[in-house]
Amino acid sequence: MSNYPLISLAIWTPIIAGLVVLATGSDRNAPLARMLALAGAIAGLVVAIPLWTGFDVALGTMQFVELSSWIPRFNINYHLGVDGISMLFVVLNSFITIIVVLAGWEVIQQKVAQYNAAFLIMSGLMNGIFTSLDGILFYVFFEASLIPMYLIIGVWGGPNRVYAAFKFFLYTLFGSLLFLLALMYLFIQSGGSFSILDWHKMPIGLGPQIWLFLAFLVAFAVKVPMWPVHTWLPDAHVEAPTGGSIVLAAIALKLGAYGFLRFSLPIAPDASHELSGLVIGLSLIAVVYIGFVALVQEDMKKLVAYSSIAHMGFVTLGFFMFSAMGIEGALVQMVSHGFVSGAMFFCIGVMYDRVHSRQIADYGGVVNTMPKFAALFMLFSMANAGLPATSGFVGEFMVILGAVKFNFWVAFAAASSMVVGAAYTLWMYKRVIFGDVANHHVAELSDINNREFLILGVLAICTLWMGLYPQPFTEVMHASVNDLLRHVAISKIQ
Amino acid sequence: MFDNFVVPNLQPAAPELFLAAMALVILLIDLTVKDSRRTLTFALTQLTLVGCAAIQFYTSTGEIVYTFSNMFVDDLMSDLLKLFLYMTMIIVLFYSRGYVIDRSVMNKGEYYILALFATLGMMVMISANHFVTIYLGLELLSLSLYAMVAMNRDSVVSTEAAMKYFVLGALASGLLLYGMSMIYGATGTLEITGVAEKLYGGGANKTLMVFGLVFLVSGLAFKLGVVPFHMWIPDVYHGAPTSVTLLIGSAPKLAAFAIVMRLLVNGMITMAQDWQQMLILLSVLSMAIGNLAAIAQTNLKRMLAYSAISHMGFMLLGITTGVVSGDARYALNAYSSAMFYVIAYVLMTTGAFGMILMMSRAGFEAENIADFKGLNKRSPWFAGIMLMIMFSMAGVPFFIGFFAKFSVLQAVIAAGYLWLAIVAVFFSLIGTFYYLRVVKVMYFDAPDDDAPLTATNDMRLLISANGLAVAFLGMFPQVIMSLCAYALLRSL
Repeated sequence: MSNYPLISLAIWTPIIAGLVVLATGSDRNAPLARMLALAGAIAGLVVAIPLWTGFDVALGTMQFVELSSWIPRFNINYHLGVDGISMLFVVLNSFITIIVVLAGWEVIQQKVAQYNAAFLIMSGLMNGIFTSLDGILFYVFFEASLIPMYLIIGVWGGPNRVYAAFKFFLYTLFGSLLFLLALMYLFIQSGGSFSILDWHKMPIGLGPQIWLFLAFLVAFAVKVPMWPVHTWLPDAHVEAPTGGSIVLAAIALKLGAYGFLRFSLPIAPDASHELSGLVIGLSLIAVVYIGFVALVQEDMKKLVAYSSIAHMGFVTLGFFMFSAMGIEGALVQMVSHGFVSGAMFFCIGVMYDRVHSRQIADYGGVVNTMPKFAALFMLFSMANAGLPATSGFVGEFMVILGAVKFNFWVAFAAASSMVVGAAYTLWMYKRVIFGDVANHHVAELSDINNREFLILGVLAICTLWMGLYPQPFTEVMHASVNDLLRHVAISKIQ
Repeated sequence: MFDNFVVPNLQPAAPELFLAAMALVILLIDLTVKDSRRTLTFALTQLTLVGCAAIQFYTSTGEIVYTFSNMFVDDLMSDLLKLFLYMTMIIVLFYSRGYVIDRSVMNKGEYYILALFATLGMMVMISANHFVTIYLGLELLSLSLYAMVAMNRDSVVSTEAAMKYFVLGALASGLLLYGMSMIYGATGTLEITGVAEKLYGGGANKTLMVFGLVFLVSGLAFKLGVVPFHMWIPDVYHGAPTSVTLLIGSAPKLAAFAIVMRLLVNGMITMAQDWQQMLILLSVLSMAIGNLAAIAQTNLKRMLAYSAISHMGFMLLGITTGVVSGDARYALNAYSSAMFYVIAYVLMTTGAFGMILMMSRAGFEAENIADFKGLNKRSPWFAGIMLMIMFSMAGVPFFIGFFAKFSVLQAVIAAGYLWLAIVAVFFSLIGTFYYLRVVKVMYFDAPDDDAPLTATNDMRLLISANGLAVAFLGMFPQVIMSLCAYALLRSL
């Protein structure tokens, strides 16, 4: 099984499918484009699943490694591999791509082929980011994935889409350019290697480590996004089409968090310890302050966008406590957030497609006309608030447990934010779903159709599965996380 | 009387001789061409360029060969640059053809002859080993270009641009000559390798040399179009007929790179400390002014002109980092990265101006950014090509522009100029904004103009190939990168 280049397949299947979809051309062939896109997305998941089923949970090292020379002039290699940290995201990403293609099935009527192609290509690029073991290969995927997202926001987005698209692109590029310089610095210091695994082993003094850490921090903090560089996210989410929001929340935000685990912690462990206070402080601000910001939002998408920032705050908080509980909790939270935020954005999309408004004030009493939808939306709202038995609970609980061991007050602040989280999610749910039928738009609503039911149903199963039986998700992480922690505990200063 | 006369070795200059002869033959043949499309002239011109490439390829020995009493040099660097030069000129003439046919005032045999003479000028510049040879090549190129800019003689803007180009070009040549004369005064030789030997021996007057160097660098900066000697670039790019802008904006950058290498690196590497300081200043200013001014442009040709200024600034970074405190161990890496940058830039810029030419019709110049509005609706394929070229210029992977920037930046960091690399990425971030704006106009806006594209099939094919090359070489840059490195290794 492992003789096949499985990771390459996971990267290039969606990209080639995307190019095929693009070739169907104008909107006369829209039905064909949709079918091809769905087939491509499913094929992408099918080739990604063996990564999970064939994964050896006892190993903390890279698996399914592929290594061939790409640009020998600079010793850049096409070097791919997954460990327990990255493998789940490849599968998650491939899965979300199917959801996204289905989510745009009826809504997108303009430039259908380009829309689906952009998502498929982006899906392949993101798999590339999660599996690259070569610094430049990682960077190339990391930056190239901006192009499809820029187009998705700009072409199919809302009224203020141009501003949002530029802000998204330039913000992220700003972060990643410093990251590029850091990669080159490492290349030169390591005597001509771009291999991330070599960099993990390389001794670096504390001064350079701090600078490297800060360069990484800027790149990944923008992507996560952490307070105070989060302002692009609400804009991007509000303007992006539903599919764009799903990918942004479910996958794109994870890239930044993943970067911390792949670059910051193992390459600059001493600086990570040194500056952990900074990151924890920023994370707590995201968790608490952004939680309150979410409370006052009147636009549902903005509310969920802010809640994403708060949830990602939990993730970065978990990473920088340097305990297995914290990191695994954060990883679980990342996967869970992929399902839950994707579902939340899809639910908002369902309502937006019918009423063409995202304002909470324009709704009320939706349960009367859309009972099936209301039930599913309830589940996801509860998961977003971190209710036990949903996936949202597992990760947050583990992070808070880790935090108690680390520092009581950090744990206290993080735990108190769960109350805020419940407040903003459930208050929104109450205002939108319950009460009397607010206006004639709501009165004319039709309940979700089979396609929408299928999407929400599958996501609901995932959310509950992860909430009730997280073992399959956590067992693949153990070995790699322990490996990482052992590595981070050893000083690199010589 | 002729006892001392030795027939020089003509083989190193065979392509130049062939081209000069063919240009004269085509000039004569063109008198008999009755065809209003001038197909024969065009075909012969292209065949000549192909012939040059073939001769270049087969006469290349890979050694450094001097001829004409050391005035002319043939080495691998010149072979490689000339091959790219022929390729660029072939593409440029293909792109120009439809545009020129639509504008009868330019549709003369002279157009092709002047292009050939300009090519000859560039070839001479690339192979020069003597101040006089450099000047000869430079003037042959410049005079041909002045005439070409003015060819659209009914247009006020074009005439004005030609005038400006001529006056400022003459001034630049004057500066260059003045610098050369001072260096001659200090070293007693006009031969570039001779100057290098003299400087190495330490026999030159340092003050005079530095003065000469300042003038020389100013003259080169004029020709490269870097700040503060850039003022002619936007006006000439804007005013010249687009097909001529394409020519000015592409191939001469290769030749300018070559004379910078010949004069500064071959001739005055021992004074690297002095000229590197100047180049750093020029480079930072160019990146700043070029990128900032480009944001304000609504005319695409002007925008690309400012972008050219910033790109040349970026390329110079590679040349400034060759020698670090007397240690030349980074030289090969630095100069080959700059060479790769120039080649990548020429490929992108031909694509960008080619797109403008393709969008233009008889009586309509698609030179404003707004003319690209909604191109994705009119032609998704060509919108995609332009998208690739724009992202490549911005330095986003998987396009060649990324690896061009990458190779220069790694050379800068390897030489220890981290601050310079930070400045460079900061300005390229600003630069991204205006490239993104072109993409925005094509993809996010609705078209004003629903006229279908009228370009001919060969034009469509070639520009598609150009755009795909930008993507393909962005994924597999190794071949050109190592060619550059190898050519410089064998030439320096």
